[in-house]
Amino acid sequence: MPAHGIATLVADATQPADVESPAAASPAQNSQADRAAVAAPAATPPGKVARFGAVAFAPTVAAAIALAVHRWVPNGQKIDQPTRLYPRLLLILLVAGVVVGLTQQLWRRIKPTPWNFPLAFVSNALHWCVASAPVLAAGILLLCAWDLVTLKLALVPLPYFPGPDAVFQTLVNDWASSGQGQPGLAECMTSSLFLLLSGYFVGSFLGVVCGVMIGWFPAARYWGVPVMKLVGPVPATALIPMALMLFRNPTLSAVWLIALAVWFPVTMLTLSGVMNVRASYLDVARTLGAGRAYLIFRVALPAALPNIFVGLFMGLGSSFLTLVVAEGVGVQAGLGWYIDWARAYSDYAKVYAALIIMAAYFSTIMTLLFRVRDHVLVWQKGVIKW
Amino acid sequence: MVSGTLKGTTNGTSNNAARQATPAGRDDASSLRVVDVAKHFVAPDGADVHALEKCSLSVAAGEMVSLVGPSGCGKSTLLRLLAGLDRPSSGELWAGAERIEGPSAQRGLVFQDPNLFPWLTVRKNIQSGLVARGVLRERRHEVEDFLRLVGLEPFANAYPHQLSGGMAQRVALARALVNHPKVLLLDEPLGALDAFTRMRMQDEVLRLWRARGTTMLLVTHDIDEAIYMCDRIVLMTPRPGRIERIIDVQLERPRQRNSPDFLALRAEILEELHFAGRSAPVSR
Repeated sequence: MPAHGIATLVADATQPADVESPAAASPAQNSQADRAAVAAPAATPPGKVARFGAVAFAPTVAAAIALAVHRWVPNGQKIDQPTRLYPRLLLILLVAGVVVGLTQQLWRRIKPTPWNFPLAFVSNALHWCVASAPVLAAGILLLCAWDLVTLKLALVPLPYFPGPDAVFQTLVNDWASSGQGQPGLAECMTSSLFLLLSGYFVGSFLGVVCGVMIGWFPAARYWGVPVMKLVGPVPATALIPMALMLFRNPTLSAVWLIALAVWFPVTMLTLSGVMNVRASYLDVARTLGAGRAYLIFRVALPAALPNIFVGLFMGLGSSFLTLVVAEGVGVQAGLGWYIDWARAYSDYAKVYAALIIMAAYFSTIMTLLFRVRDHVLVWQKGVIKW
Repeated sequence: MVSGTLKGTTNGTSNNAARQATPAGRDDASSLRVVDVAKHFVAPDGADVHALEKCSLSVAAGEMVSLVGPSGCGKSTLLRLLAGLDRPSSGELWAGAERIEGPSAQRGLVFQDPNLFPWLTVRKNIQSGLVARGVLRERRHEVEDFLRLVGLEPFANAYPHQLSGGMAQRVALARALVNHPKVLLLDEPLGALDAFTRMRMQDEVLRLWRARGTTMLLVTHDIDEAIYMCDRIVLMTPRPGRIERIIDVQLERPRQRNSPDFLALRAEILEELHFAGRSAPVSR
């Protein structure tokens, strides 16, 4: 393996379709793929394993290319003071890539380990790095392309399109404070998280309660459905003026708006889930001596859970939207506010910095919800495919 | 060939008459009585469907009776009425001295589809009857007994989607039995199983029946299954669903599936069903 020339490494690195990558792409299938791999180690041809090892170096190669571009291609955009942050980041990636790749070579092949195994976290993190090496490399190359298009070749005009260097620098500079006495990104993140979580929990709790009521009790359905039909489709963001007037307090009105945005899809999906519970589950429960509470909370609600999660995901998406819009009105901190504020000053590096944080932030929250879903709906394993 | 009034038409034994004459066996609530019950549905197209017409039937405590007949003869309807899941259009249903007004834990029901709660493990599925009645704390120890009874201890923590059809049906049986029902209503419980699993499960159900003395009412369209398992066979005919004839099965237990008596009875029932199916429209 170490006998591989650099040419092979590059060739392998640029080859995106690796044997293992499909398994790594969806974490739900990971364990099955792992079991299959453990069950039949001899079935994997040694050549494939070897190439899998070489791909581990792909991020290193990509980082080296990006670093070389940043170092030696002359700057096209005029900037006051070039920083060292972006090249340092690339250097860290490069070194980390080498370390991970070498570990991979030494251990032959890192497999995902059961979580109760000692050092499972390290092993699994390494495996993740190796398994997603092509994607990481592509990401680094994308950074390189961004650098080329903006700072290096100046193909796009400056105030609107700063390079990665400037954006990363802004991320660091504005972390504690954005200047002019305004809150920094860290405070914006906590503020946004507080708004999002409080609104989301209130909205989804009320959504599940309303959905179960409307789905189960005909009287609640008679009175509730017209309200749902009228209020539900109105975008929560259109109610901003009303919310501000009703609550006076911008934070409270933002929470209310987010809750409203989450409430509608969760209610809809919960009520359809409850109404579509297989009648035979209810029949069986009744012959087992179940009362109404058991039928609602132990049969209808769990049976509706897959649906409820669809509603929770839809609600999460609209809660992000509502959060960003609502923060632009009245609230004095938060990622949405930060973008609005930076745009007013034409400081587009700040805008992109906030976008990067938002992407990382929201996708983490989304991932967490997926984790919760996988945990709660473990009984559906093999049924859910999203 | 008058419907309903044929309830007394048995294959002529004093044994059966005596059993029917005793209103209560060992336990009052274990016997079932169906008196002139009819059930009409309104079909989605507005037509009035006579699912069951003037049926009368008595099942003594501890008896194993099967309802046999082609689809549409109302056997599942009758079972749902007995379970209390549906109300009859006319007539009365009694469990012992108590009129059947709704579902009760005294009368367990097992469907063709095991209908296990997919969100609960095997153990929790079996527990669900205890949880529903709020007696889990006192009776939790019995859950393990029932797991052992149906031979599913190794799968106690598995989810239903991980079970085979036969295993799932055994869990469904254990779930119905955990409440110690006086009556077990079985709606084609073995219908979806392959022939081998099915025969093994028949023996298993018989073993449970012998061990627990539960009254069992078994809906099936498998005549062999009915003869193999039951004390009496209730033949039903469709359109409208009614009881055609009640046959006493007097073969020694354990029964041999290929003994001459078994085969003779089988031929007789087939003849009866065939005959009934052909002549019913004519006689109406």
